[in-house]
Amino acid sequence: MILLVDLCYRKDSLSADEFVKPIAQIVRSEGIPSVHLHFSEVTAQDIERADGAILCGTALMDNEFARHTDRFLWLRDCRRPVLGICAGMLVIALVYGCSTGRCREIGMTDIRRVAGDPLFAGKDAFQAYELHSLAVRPSDAFDVIAVSSRCVQAIRHRSVSIYGVMFHPEVRNEWVVRRFVRAHATPIRSG
Amino acid sequence: MKLGVLFSGGKDSLVACYTAMQKEEVVCLITVVSRNPESYMFHTPNVDLAALQAEAAGLPLVQVETAGEKEAELSDLVRAIRLARERHGIEGIVTGTILSVYQATRIQRVCSDLGLWCFNPLWHTDQEAYMEEVIAAGFLVLIAGVFSYPFDESWLGRVIDEETLQDLKAIADRYGITLTGEGGEFETFVLDAPFFSKRIVIERATRAYRNYNGVFRIEQARVVAK
Repeated sequence: MILLVDLCYRKDSLSADEFVKPIAQIVRSEGIPSVHLHFSEVTAQDIERADGAILCGTALMDNEFARHTDRFLWLRDCRRPVLGICAGMLVIALVYGCSTGRCREIGMTDIRRVAGDPLFAGKDAFQAYELHSLAVRPSDAFDVIAVSSRCVQAIRHRSVSIYGVMFHPEVRNEWVVRRFVRAHATPIRSG
Repeated sequence: MKLGVLFSGGKDSLVACYTAMQKEEVVCLITVVSRNPESYMFHTPNVDLAALQAEAAGLPLVQVETAGEKEAELSDLVRAIRLARERHGIEGIVTGTILSVYQATRIQRVCSDLGLWCFNPLWHTDQEAYMEEVIAAGFLVLIAGVFSYPFDESWLGRVIDEETLQDLKAIADRYGITLTGEGGEFETFVLDAPFFSKRIVIERATRAYRNYNGVFRIEQARVVAK
């Protein structure tokens, strides 16, 4: 089971359909069940019960999650794989002491892989949909896997399976989510 | 949060409006009427009837015209949104965009430049489930234009009900069109919606069709009690 963490400005917000539901559909299409929780209600036990977690994105104006980094401290002790998308990547960065800065990208952007990683195997260069006003400057705890001309686009923690991507893979790059859940969760087979 | 809905008169903008109403406060509809039938952003058949739909919905309409030239129409969108902010104090925009990165990118940039929220509640929705929800929720939607093979003239003015949806699914499977018409294969017009306090009745309409391109033009319509 994959835990989908909703980072939007409040539980059951108008943004959830835009940023959580498309990820849920991709996970479901892989035959893998998911549970959707708002960040304000996630506990360490919820993470332990899951095979992995995906921290979903938010609207461009929505940085409310950044005011509640205390709600994400479970990430520091997390033994489960995590994929942070856009706001999710920012949360990972904030919890792990990376710095962030202003960087607005909206629309399709060229992305280049700069380090090897199974999640990005065979994807040396691709275009991806961006919707962010901040970017991450990773600390030494992370490897940079991919970049655009403007900022870091994908990171991986050096000792645990925690990934962050700044682009939105649910748009034209579903393979990121598919590869992540296939690697870490077991599909339910019918019959 | 006070929101304005970017509104074409078709099903997606009105379903997005209905969704937004469940979570936030929708204070106006915003329409950019393009005089260019090739407009990528705004042209839809019968957009002139937006005022009737706004009346049926009981919402104020902010309407501006654009000549429909590719980049100039974006500045007309900015003008419309600014007007909506002045008149109704909107803090964000709602759109019915489902798949179009072109539209989403432009509207997201406009909202960002104006310091407004942007909501796309239908973004990458499951198209089959969505179309079934549109019918089940009580939207009365007709096909107001067809712009691709294999749609013939009989599709013009057809109401999207279960039977029509089955026919659309068969066409989508065989010809690779989007089930929602998001790729511009067909356009729709909404006569009634669950949140309308009144409904629209068509009194006179004409069909213009040639070579898999056609429009169901509503010449005369009125709002009546439900």
